[in-house]
Amino acid sequence: MNDVELVAVTKRYGGAVAVDAIDLAIPTASYTCLLGPSGCGKTSTLRMIAGHESVSDGDILLAGRNVTLLPPASRGTAMMFQSYALFPHLSARDNVAFGLRMRGTPKAERLAKADQFLDLVQLGALADRLPAQLSGGQQQRVALARALITGPRVLLLDEPLSALDPFLRAKMREELKRLQRELGISFIHVTHSQEEAMALADLAVVMDHGRIVQAAPPREVFERPTSAFVARFIGGHNVLPRGERAVAVRTDRCRLDAGTEGPRLEGRVRALEYLGSTVRVVVATPDGTEAEALLPDSAFASSTVTLGDAATLAWNAADEHALAA
Amino acid sequence: MPGRFGRGLLTTLFGAFVLFLYGPTLTIMVLSFQGPDGGLTFPMNGVSLHWFGRLFEQQAVGDFGASVTRSLILAALVTAATVVISLSAGMAFRRRFTGSALLFYLTISSLILPSILVGLGIGLSFNQAELEPSWWGSALGAQLTWTLPFGLLIMLAVFNRFDHAWEEAARDLGATSWQSFAHVVLPIVAPSVIGIALFGFTLSFDEFARTLLTAGTDNTLPLEILGMTTTVTTPVLYALGSMSTLLSFLVIGLALLGLLRYRARA
Repeated sequence: MNDVELVAVTKRYGGAVAVDAIDLAIPTASYTCLLGPSGCGKTSTLRMIAGHESVSDGDILLAGRNVTLLPPASRGTAMMFQSYALFPHLSARDNVAFGLRMRGTPKAERLAKADQFLDLVQLGALADRLPAQLSGGQQQRVALARALITGPRVLLLDEPLSALDPFLRAKMREELKRLQRELGISFIHVTHSQEEAMALADLAVVMDHGRIVQAAPPREVFERPTSAFVARFIGGHNVLPRGERAVAVRTDRCRLDAGTEGPRLEGRVRALEYLGSTVRVVVATPDGTEAEALLPDSAFASSTVTLGDAATLAWNAADEHALAA
Repeated sequence: MPGRFGRGLLTTLFGAFVLFLYGPTLTIMVLSFQGPDGGLTFPMNGVSLHWFGRLFEQQAVGDFGASVTRSLILAALVTAATVVISLSAGMAFRRRFTGSALLFYLTISSLILPSILVGLGIGLSFNQAELEPSWWGSALGAQLTWTLPFGLLIMLAVFNRFDHAWEEAARDLGATSWQSFAHVVLPIVAPSVIGIALFGFTLSFDEFARTLLTAGTDNTLPLEILGMTTTVTTPVLYALGSMSTLLSFLVIGLALLGLLRYRARA
């Protein structure tokens, strides 16, 4: 059985359609990322699943039960807010215990359980601090513990990593995945970062203009993007015209090589970026078409190409992936 | 950064400002300790608590005790009404509703109208309706026309900065709307609510223009003092001024203490 099922779910604000009749099945105990540019409808979708946004049309099923009209707390979901929304007047412990307090759990029991969940996110030592006395990363752990204590079947995360610095972000990413695996529940995570989605997701759902344009494991999305939009958004691809249609070629499968037969693009080097283990070379043709190659640093070191040089970008025909129009 | 001369000038200006602000009050406080044979002006003729003692004796003109009591009760009524109504209105104004803009401007316009006219209007209305004006009726209403717009403005500013996600989080964690109000909204806005209470209390306690024509036969403290300035010629008037200033500070001090203890508990 699926943990979450969306059936023709639609959200309209006045006349504007934010989410356009999307269907989606999220398997049990999986990590799903809703991915797309801002305004693509990913956050509206998450908030409809949470019950914080009404559904204009369609149905939302959680573990086979129709929850479309239920209040948030009766759905079996819990949400972690982008701003964390910690209650500023309550200590970390009281924040975490809040859900149990609303259910009428006796004080000793709920505080003991709150400590247990603070330990789960490695914050046991700071239980008495107020949110203002915690760092951003620590606040996020409190928010995570507070959402998990109610025992949700599905945890909804609204851009959980966007407020953290890059180092913390990578660390927290590992932690989210670990928690999801250990708890054996589903996480649905909204993000605009394709890197985050690739690192975390079992199922990556790419959205654009209120529709799902591709929903598949990240590897499939990266290796076989269905459209030019997906190929561009997920990154690492050149999207090139091929007659009526377009093809995608991974930038790491391109090379600077004028000698061999096969598809190629001739032009001049417009940009060179040294990225450590790789080097990014952008080649522009006289008619304005641009494509890039991601070269291993060793391959770049053995070439003599510099900015403005004539260069030929080449790849194997087998690496071309045809895209839908 | 201003130069040496500029800084000196600013310091002098600020000193003059503070002197202007507190000088008169200080003068009255000093003069209230006038000796038994002293008069309304300097020089001090000895130092004593004589005039404070006289405050609690029967006066030839004016009745301090009763007017202070009336003013305190009235201020308490105004404070309670201001807090409850401003908080509710602030919650209501977070969403647009039919006529919300009109209601807002109607409320605020009461601040722009000359106070004395508001008082006159309310007094006349009571007379027309053949109701007896009283400090606990018509004057209470008149003072609310002064404190409510302020209270509402403060609440609007507070809720403007209020993160809606707090209430969503409460709802997500199973709180009913009432639980969300009691456990999340109210504790977070509590300091501002206490502020409104203090504001309401002090505005009411020394309100004059709106109360003058609405208080009926029994005087509040400011009205009593006005009456006495023309008839009383002893420093007992100053003693009264010192006492009421002290009372105001006491109320503010108690409220701040309460706030600090609340913070320490939370």
